[in-house]
Amino acid sequence: MNDSGPTAAERFVRGILPENPVYRQLLGMCPTLAVTAAVKPALTMVAATAFVLICANVLVSLIRRLLVPHLRILVFTLTIATFVTIADRVLAAYLYEMSKALGPYVPLIIVNCMIISRCEVCASKQTVGVALADAVGVSLGFLVALASVATVREILGMGTWMGLPVLPEGVPRLVLFVMPPGAFLTLGLLLGAINAWSARRARRRASATPRTVKEAA
Amino acid sequence: METLASLLLIALGAALINNFVLTYFVGICPFLGVSKRIDLALGMGLAVTFVISVAALLSWTLTEFVLRPGALVPTAVWNAVAPAAGDAAGDAAGAAGAATVDLSVLSYIVYIFVIASSVQFVEMYVRRFFPPLYKSFGIFLPLITTNCAILFACLEILKRVEAREWGLVESLTLAVFGGVGFTLAIVLMAGIREELELADVPKALAGAPITLITAALLALAFMGFVGMGANVEKALVEQPPISAERPTSPPDSGR
Repeated sequence: MNDSGPTAAERFVRGILPENPVYRQLLGMCPTLAVTAAVKPALTMVAATAFVLICANVLVSLIRRLLVPHLRILVFTLTIATFVTIADRVLAAYLYEMSKALGPYVPLIIVNCMIISRCEVCASKQTVGVALADAVGVSLGFLVALASVATVREILGMGTWMGLPVLPEGVPRLVLFVMPPGAFLTLGLLLGAINAWSARRARRRASATPRTVKEAA
Repeated sequence: METLASLLLIALGAALINNFVLTYFVGICPFLGVSKRIDLALGMGLAVTFVISVAALLSWTLTEFVLRPGALVPTAVWNAVAPAAGDAAGDAAGAAGAATVDLSVLSYIVYIFVIASSVQFVEMYVRRFFPPLYKSFGIFLPLITTNCAILFACLEILKRVEAREWGLVESLTLAVFGGVGFTLAIVLMAGIREELELADVPKALAGAPITLITAALLALAFMGFVGMGANVEKALVEQPPISAERPTSPPDSGR
């Protein structure tokens, strides 16, 4: 098996913004919507997911030569399930309240398509170093996504950020934002904003290139 | 009557009040991905309902008889056979008399294995005996393995079985009506999206963003069922005292 494909640095950078798992690939939507009512549970979730993603990516990359094609998804899933069990037990032991608040969403990391897709796209084909860089980059991308959604929801819904008061007393709290419909609404609007921003940037780049050509002429 | 009422509450809770998709956000991927046409959405919903029931049946059986603390070897037997092991397992566990075989640590791995294999079996069965149905399900069947709704249902059942609250009937009710709720949500969404095709959506919001915003409105509508849930619970659970007082009430109703 040859190790062609993007280098570690490319993988790392791509995972953060250009191929952001949530905003660009629409993967891992379940935790993005479910645990982002406040910033603290969102960050805990990111930590647990990052741990599982990094460990699973490295392990899958180490055993990539042993993988049988038609059984690989099962191997990925069982690897992920093992690390999720570890993360779940650790959370329950040291952050009991948080583990209770996150409820079923920690075990649901097993079926987070983001992790399986990284194992499939990167770790099962490339070396350990690249897989590690990829996992860290994608985890940072996941952090950006969850932190942004949770920040909007917590500030608008409760007027706090990480439990610290942000909005003055007089501003009304939009409780809707910490409820399920607010999750869909926030993510939809943020996705729209990012689409608009990247479309504008693409347009500017497209209009910038002919001008330089003209100037050169 | 009591059990029927609790079953009805579980069913209503899973299908409407705490809809899997719109309250718990499980099964979002197919909800966003396979909700462009009503017929495909219905197929996906039925496939998920079917798999969720099979997986719930299997995982309930495994939880009850293998994984649950004390299921494999009853506590009394364990203490009689290996009292030394109980002491060695730690003073706290030994003192509480909780020393027993507890395999619940393995439950996530077992569940995902059960789900993956039941999807495989359902696929083989449907292909062998209902070829037209298999053709219409197409790619959806294998995709169901990574549908979080199914693992979510298994985890809910695990929680209740470990607490000794639910038996097989309650667990299956949750699974079937959770699937029905998923079908309802995805079909409603598909109906809205078919109309949305004709709408003039701002360019930046086209595609996933407008779908999410539509889902927000749908979730808002489903929040209305919370009130209904409270009323139904009151009517069902508090039925016995009311019927007991009934003999004294005719004079009032006659007035």
